[in-house]
Amino acid sequence: MANKIPRVPVREQDPALRATNFEEVCYGYNLEEATTEASRCLHCKNPRCVAACPVGIRIPDFIAALHEGNLQQAADIISEDSSLPSICGRVCPQESQCEGSCILGIKGEAVAIGKLERFVGDWKLEHGAAPKGIAPRNGHRVAVIGSGPAGLACASDLARMGYEVKIFEALHKVGGVLVYGIPEFRLPKERIVAREIEAVKSLGVEIETDVIVGRTVTIDSLMDEEGFDAVFIGSGAGLPRFMGIPGENLNGVVSANEFLTRTNLMHAYDAAYDTPIYVGRRVVVVGGGNVAMDAVRTAKRLGAEATIVYRRSEKELPARAEEVHHAREEGIEFRMLTNPVEVLGDDRGWVRGIRCVEMELGEPDESGRRSPVVKPGSEFEIACDVVIMALGTSPNPLLAATTAGLETSRRGCIVADAQGATTREGVFAGGDAVTGAATVILAMGAGRTAARSIDAYIRGLQKK
Amino acid sequence: MYPILEKRNLAEGIWLMKILAPRVAHAARPGQFVIVRADEHGERIPLTISDYDAAEGSVTIVTQAIGASTHKICSLEQGDAMADFAGPLGRPSEFVNTPLEELRQRRYLFVAGGVGTAPIYPQVKWLHEHGVRADVIIGAKNSRMLIYTDAMRSVAEHLYIATDDGSEGFHGMVTGLVEELIERRGEHYDECVAIGPMVMMKFVALTTRKYNLKTTVSLNALMVDGTGMCGACRVTVGGKTRFTCVDGPEFDGHEVDFDEAMRRQGMYRTQEQRAAAIEAEREAGHICRIGLDK
Repeated sequence: MANKIPRVPVREQDPALRATNFEEVCYGYNLEEATTEASRCLHCKNPRCVAACPVGIRIPDFIAALHEGNLQQAADIISEDSSLPSICGRVCPQESQCEGSCILGIKGEAVAIGKLERFVGDWKLEHGAAPKGIAPRNGHRVAVIGSGPAGLACASDLARMGYEVKIFEALHKVGGVLVYGIPEFRLPKERIVAREIEAVKSLGVEIETDVIVGRTVTIDSLMDEEGFDAVFIGSGAGLPRFMGIPGENLNGVVSANEFLTRTNLMHAYDAAYDTPIYVGRRVVVVGGGNVAMDAVRTAKRLGAEATIVYRRSEKELPARAEEVHHAREEGIEFRMLTNPVEVLGDDRGWVRGIRCVEMELGEPDESGRRSPVVKPGSEFEIACDVVIMALGTSPNPLLAATTAGLETSRRGCIVADAQGATTREGVFAGGDAVTGAATVILAMGAGRTAARSIDAYIRGLQKK
Repeated sequence: MYPILEKRNLAEGIWLMKILAPRVAHAARPGQFVIVRADEHGERIPLTISDYDAAEGSVTIVTQAIGASTHKICSLEQGDAMADFAGPLGRPSEFVNTPLEELRQRRYLFVAGGVGTAPIYPQVKWLHEHGVRADVIIGAKNSRMLIYTDAMRSVAEHLYIATDDGSEGFHGMVTGLVEELIERRGEHYDECVAIGPMVMMKFVALTTRKYNLKTTVSLNALMVDGTGMCGACRVTVGGKTRFTCVDGPEFDGHEVDFDEAMRRQGMYRTQEQRAAAIEAEREAGHICRIGLDK
């Protein structure tokens, strides 16, 4: 049934207009567009896309169901492996996963798998049948720490199996990085995230906000005093890194986490909310990942001239291709092979610029990427009043520090095996807390794996 | 939601509120803080805990209405509820984890300034309950702005008062009283804890340095989440960048870069707010310029 037609383009908000608002950039497919795009799938006998999907979604099967107009079936196929299709369809790096391995991509353009997943996910939120097949309550309780992708996925699977699940969230709002990190223009909070969370709650999962596990309660008190049989840690990687260069504590230097949290979680861009944000006129964002793109595009939307400074070349940018493309369309300036060496301040201690050096690519490092080396005598300055550091994040050490027997790696990540078991009995972990900052889909997959392990663990306890 | 069990006015613009927050009350230790959000549109504001009662499930905070957000918090009444009350955050005071035999050999001097008097109270109370001797200096602009004097008198070995205008106790700044106690009255202290406006802590630290008196300060840096995520509360201590929320809020006062800390506190203050704050201080006839010098 594969048609030799070009990939169906997706409708997007006009770049000039969207650079001034926080509405979603991409409108997604309608039914007609989705059906046409679905007709391009070759339904390979040995589908490389499935192998390339971190959670192994049966992609050709859901696309076939979609093409036949059986949307509920398409949704059911996806939900066997993914609990957050509307979100993953929007934020997964498809070009390096499913779409990157699509046969059609060799000579032409890959099937728009991400856009199709998004279409099915959004349809399900709007029209889908209520979740079925929830096992009766089995009387066992599991605590989930963190309400981001890993925690939500783990909690919903456990609830389906019959466990009484309670999620503890440190912030006042549920969703973790989906709420504080990823901006509205890429992932709508009310229309998508809140509804995915409602779906999890409808399974009977309870969520308590304002609880910082490690401070408000501990893993020990949850297990010993509150009667939880097992604990899943999905606390993510929330600690921002800084460069350690002079001038980094000047007024006007912020982490991308701070900048994005003020905008996304605290709605600083909306006058009805009290939280302030300092945007300045010219913003430099240091880094090349998705968070850097989110920060620079947010700064642009808040009215600043915004520039990305990245020490490697365009090819090495770790951000999703679509985000880089969108950022360029919106007028973001990119300065590749550039590395800051000092933040410059005025006599009042506020940022006035950033001193950089030019870089060139040398020998490949252990990551296989060519490592940047400084070009001698290449120092120059960029004038700006805000510098946003988007250099990656690491897991919060609080849980490890307050839980005896919970081992962490040298990089501060919680040590867990492939099944999600940590070094502490009854305590499981997954997502960024284990891997360091990675993707929503990997975190979700790890949460689901851990749910199966927790089930096996609790069943084992009963037999003893 | 977190109901307000009790609200009392302590001095002009300074309010005590007892909040029902059983989990926080159960876990709280001296030196820790909470993040408070008044309503759905509110800012997340860090406030140091002023008292806690695990049995009642209550936590007491004392807030001075200085900015829009603290005004909003102070405008809530008994019977209303806070949208969010998260904590306890930060590390407890070091003495909580020090062996008692060792602590009982020590004599503490607490120096409190303005609204910073309130968070001193749970520390002095804890030491009192554990048989550790502590003297307390409370400083304020004038006698009307003094808070917590009665409560403090019941837990401190000696309570000293300093007012800028001499309307009660020692006439002058708290630093003058520290010098008076140590130099002229020959009092000996092993450790000092100072909590108050950043500029006060800076000068207390400069004063105690002369006597080589170890001094702990509690920094009230800007924060968003309060759990280590944003880094807004970065402070330089001993030449290293630390996060006030997770590494503090208490630090060695002789190692803190106070000028940077004061400058960073003003990061989100608009020109108008700065001007208004200076004007309000002038009207009050007080020369103290908390963090407004940058």
